[in-house]
Amino acid sequence: MSIELKMPALSPTMEEGTLAKWLVKEGDTVKSGDILAEIETDKATMEFESIDEGVIGAILVAEGTEGVKVGTVIATISGEGEVEVVVPAKAGTADSITQSAKESAAPPAVPDQVRDDVKPKPRPADPAIPAGTNMQTITVREALRDAMAEEMRRDDRVFVMGEEVAQYQGAYKVTQGLLDEFGPKRVIDTPITEYGFAGIGAGAAMGGLRPIVEFMTFNFAMQAIDHVINSAAKTNYMSGGQMRCPIVFRGPNGAASRVGAQHSQNFGPWYASVPGLIVIAPYDAADAKGLLKAAIRSEDPVVFLENELIYGRSFELPELDDHVLPIGKARIMREGSDVTIVSYSIGVGMALEAAEVLAGEGIEAEVLDLRTLRPLDREAVLTSLAKTNRLVIAEEGWPVCSIASEVMAICMEDGFDHLDAPVLRVCDEDVPLPYAANLEKAAIIDAGRIAAAVRKVCYR
Amino acid sequence: MAKSAPSRKATDKTAVGEETFALRSLQDAHDANPRFAASDEQLLHFYEQMLLIRRFEEKAGQLYGLGLIGGFCHLYIGQEAVAVGLQSALKAGHDSVITGYRDHGHMLAYGIDPKVIMAELTGRAAGISRGKGGSMHMFSTEHKFYGGHGIVGAQVPLGAGLAFGHKYREDGGLCMAYFGDGAANQGQVYEAFNMAALWNLPIIFVVENNGYAMGTAVTRGSAETHFHRRGTAFRIPGMNVNGMDVLEVRAAAEVAVAHVRSGKGPVLMELQTYRYRGHSMSDPAKYRTREEVQEMRDNRDPIDAAKAELLARGVSEERLKEIEKQIRSRVVEAADFAENSPEPEMPELYTDILVESY
Repeated sequence: MSIELKMPALSPTMEEGTLAKWLVKEGDTVKSGDILAEIETDKATMEFESIDEGVIGAILVAEGTEGVKVGTVIATISGEGEVEVVVPAKAGTADSITQSAKESAAPPAVPDQVRDDVKPKPRPADPAIPAGTNMQTITVREALRDAMAEEMRRDDRVFVMGEEVAQYQGAYKVTQGLLDEFGPKRVIDTPITEYGFAGIGAGAAMGGLRPIVEFMTFNFAMQAIDHVINSAAKTNYMSGGQMRCPIVFRGPNGAASRVGAQHSQNFGPWYASVPGLIVIAPYDAADAKGLLKAAIRSEDPVVFLENELIYGRSFELPELDDHVLPIGKARIMREGSDVTIVSYSIGVGMALEAAEVLAGEGIEAEVLDLRTLRPLDREAVLTSLAKTNRLVIAEEGWPVCSIASEVMAICMEDGFDHLDAPVLRVCDEDVPLPYAANLEKAAIIDAGRIAAAVRKVCYR
Repeated sequence: MAKSAPSRKATDKTAVGEETFALRSLQDAHDANPRFAASDEQLLHFYEQMLLIRRFEEKAGQLYGLGLIGGFCHLYIGQEAVAVGLQSALKAGHDSVITGYRDHGHMLAYGIDPKVIMAELTGRAAGISRGKGGSMHMFSTEHKFYGGHGIVGAQVPLGAGLAFGHKYREDGGLCMAYFGDGAANQGQVYEAFNMAALWNLPIIFVVENNGYAMGTAVTRGSAETHFHRRGTAFRIPGMNVNGMDVLEVRAAAEVAVAHVRSGKGPVLMELQTYRYRGHSMSDPAKYRTREEVQEMRDNRDPIDAAKAELLARGVSEERLKEIEKQIRSRVVEAADFAENSPEPEMPELYTDILVESY
């Protein structure tokens, strides 16, 4: 039985090569592992090993031949004895694979409806709050803590780990009291080692637990971003849906106050660009609690972006046994008919403030809180735009490649016919955040700037 | 380095002083009894598993050459005794395993069907990751094989997380986290060492030292080339093991597993091994001589050694030939399956991004 030796592909990009040198001649006996030839690829000179045993029959391509296409038969080996070698490729198989690879390089012929983000599906709504429900006033900090505590009571796979989360009671006191209730097995102080504990958290999630990993701030999570993205976000896809990573990475995000450039950055757009992640950035206490509980229950990895400056703010929260909100749904914070202001996190407060001022001027602004940055609620943005025909995005973060850019793209792609004015964005200045009080103030968005942009799109 | 007597037990490191820090106790235990006393059937089984990996990887190399496998493809040829010897000491389906991108051999050693591995290599729907992972990203939660990770060193803290899970659930399991001599220089490895030792996690860190981090010889990339000593700073006992003899590997694994299983915390094993092929398929391997490779193949090969030992024990040549024949046919079957299975359907592009729908 004669085996055909074919010109091998020796790199991911090789299509042809030079048969530089034969190290065997016709009639030589070879065994598995013997070097048969040297082949020059597009990258380097490679050795071509035999995996078969036998005698070299004909050498069909002489050494020194250039431009030998991958798959060309270059020699034959006559097999000896019992070794059953089946030449795997039928003639032309390599070519047909290359061909099909080329075909699939073209945009896939998949109708738009298949895409998750435009697929029609039932629209989840916030659960109705029964009439007569008592409203309590609670800080965002307490709401987050209560969300974790309730979920830890409900599911013993849930645990919290991070720097100073246990004995210190949380660097920002978000985990206050958890150690007392749940003990050191489930409320775990880590060393200052973000890359390491983000990986340990992700591994624990792959193994079936439900970790909540607190970053003291998301600025430090840059040390760990490999595990957030490469380990947590991509695993379900890469495993064909076999291995999940249900983990929550949470902590304060965005500018705090006078802490300078390295501690003041909004990472929302970074994480929101990654398929496989859920990204949530709530504003008030009710959303903080309801969405954190949903995040902990989710089978998917969630980046949950809080804001230090709103931890201490108090809001109304319905007193319900189990206050869980849908992920991926924006919320109308204030109804209006003249213009839409889209925002999230701390920007929502500024947008509401701007809307008050504008109302005094006769402009009724609708304020839409995105709440979830990925998957982003396109439908809510477009519905509000269709109603008001004018839109401004307010984002406490840099303007370039931002959530604001994304919302503008959505308006252009799917809302163009509804626009009566260009969409404007109000973002932080495009600079590292300065320390000096006056410069810092100048760099960060405020209600005044949002109101000014609204007047502009309303041509006032 | 404190050296304790071979008989001294490893003691609770948190409760006692520096002088009893038994860093070498496991090495001493291994040195005292370096080879596993395998029965003929056990050795035959190891031989069969190693040969399956060898033949599978040769076939993968061939399919790569034919353009049926694309991208990066890192073969395990030469290192077979490591995965086979270590995995044999674990409780299958109970203990967890995680490794880097040179993962085909580990999966075969864990009993995962060669067909679905090969079909993943060729990017087919029947592949273990439905064709969406490829050579470096394969997983089997059923076998508690957690990948298959493409970022050098990332699997080490992930493995510590798996070990954390065993401890959290108090299920008596442990995690074996494999990485290479190259990954051993990643910072996150030491972050994981620190927490694993601090929290007494049930984990065996395994450095597969094959001598080269891609094209960089260990002496050119590592200030401390005795990788088993690198746990010293974290009070993790180390073991230096001949990774070219499956019975020595198995014997060492038993020492490590017993230590971890008894709740004494992590162990760092260094397995001295060698890869015959390049780092990946596109590596011309010009950083070492052909003689060096040939010397290992001729004199240190773990499969040849096992075969010689089996023959010396009186196992018949015919029996070994029959095994060889069966393996060849399993590998050919896997290759045929991988070649003839259809590519993933187009809608597969959009599935498995998220588990839930929002």
